[in-house]
Amino acid sequence: MSEGLAIHWRLIPQRYNLVGTECLKCGEKFFPPRQLCPNCRRVGEIREVKFSGEGEIYSYTVIHTPPEGFEFMKPYAMGVIKLIEGPFLTAQLVDCKPEDLEIGKRVELVFRKIIADGSSGIIRYGYKFKLKD
Amino acid sequence: MKVGIVGYGVYIPRYRIKTEEIARVWGADSKNISNALLIHEKTVPAIDEDTATISVECARNAVQHAKINPKDIGAIYVGSESHPYAVKPTSTIVAAAVDAVPELTAADYEFACKAGTAAIQTTMGLVKSKMIRYGLAIGADTSQGKPGDVLEYTASAGGSAYIIGTENLIAEIHDTYSYTTDTPDFWRREGQEFPSHGARFTGQPAYFRHVIKAAKGIMNKNKLKPDDFDYVVFHQPNGKFPLKAAQIIGFEKKQITEGLVTPYIGNTYSGSTLLGLAKILDDANEGEMILAVSYGSGAGSDAFIIEVTKENEKRRNPKPLQRYIDRKEYVDYATYAKFKGKIKGVKLEKP
Ligand SMILES: [Zn+2]
Repeated sequence: MSEGLAIHWRLIPQRYNLVGTECLKCGEKFFPPRQLCPNCRRVGEIREVKFSGEGEIYSYTVIHTPPEGFEFMKPYAMGVIKLIEGPFLTAQLVDCKPEDLEIGKRVELVFRKIIADGSSGIIRYGYKFKLKD
Repeated sequence: MKVGIVGYGVYIPRYRIKTEEIARVWGADSKNISNALLIHEKTVPAIDEDTATISVECARNAVQHAKINPKDIGAIYVGSESHPYAVKPTSTIVAAAVDAVPELTAADYEFACKAGTAAIQTTMGLVKSKMIRYGLAIGADTSQGKPGDVLEYTASAGGSAYIIGTENLIAEIHDTYSYTTDTPDFWRREGQEFPSHGARFTGQPAYFRHVIKAAKGIMNKNKLKPDDFDYVVFHQPNGKFPLKAAQIIGFEKKQITEGLVTPYIGNTYSGSTLLGLAKILDDANEGEMILAVSYGSGAGSDAFIIEVTKENEKRRNPKPLQRYIDRKEYVDYATYAKFKGKIKGVKLEKP
């Protein structure tokens, strides 16, 4: 059983490639993508943009009591990442121990398995981040 | 018309387990095993890594190195014996993740450890016949050895991706030649978790016969001999087999050591020959000649004669294999068992 199959499918460009949007009028960039610029409203000009996947740790927390399905990853870190293009997003930080993390450290995009829907459902893949070498 | 490599990318996971740690658990003599197989440690995929994620990482590195528009990739083939789905291609996941979709053809290949080189041969034909501009061929695996079996010391994870085209080549592929027979040396039936193998049968009639016949076959066809090559790379199920095969054919040790990576990363199956080739390309210079021969159980070998161009010196791979080899963190057997899903019920999975 795979709940939200259609939503996952629609979000593949975001989840795989950090595809967001930007407003050509005021230059603000959005992730997740917005179809209307909050600054320019009706005169805004929105187009798709692919973010570089480079950023820094703005904040992070270590998860010791994970939601169902993620038990065997603990402890793991979730970070608020500030992309170099501006927007913030929340993502898991992998290939590191919690003590390796520090606010301000540079991170980069990786492609990982997020979760499988049971043993017969789909496997969801998407973005996570790791400390830059 | 020339055909060859426009760019390539590698990826191996960060985690490693030492041979002595595996031997400790099974009460085996680690020195004996290390010497017999020439293996010191192997890569271990994290719990959220599989053949699809490894394929995507090396494919992204290849696109970055080739400096091409991913929309110009007309075909993607992923060779593996550990595709995450039984039905549902890995290649479409890669196609979306490198943003090559939707105008391209894609498929998954299977031929034990040589599915990646079979993918290179297919893309060579497609670009040479101008059906496509670039082809992306990948060999990647997260291989499994039965706990306690000799294969467990070597079965590891990693992958390598090659962009094949006809212009801006960092290396030209002069020729390819294959040697194929029906040989039951190693297999895994549908639904079985671990592979089975014919133990000693895997050596002489299988690996050595095919690798040697393919290497000699392509050299005869092109009127070349072992000392015409600067480097030779074979499939590396362990550290010993390729050294022995090289010696039998008449290569010197210095020709094979550069691309011998299994002692430090293990047998990455479909990634093996291609990672060894990448290691050579990382430092190779104009005019240098490489003989690459893969091996897949079942059985077959694909051989390639490759000549490095000036472009490889101008456009060095920004993410060389040695950097990934050096970037490592050791885990114990229990953590390895957890990451590899060897403990019943331990998975990254919703109930
Ligand atoms: Zn605006």
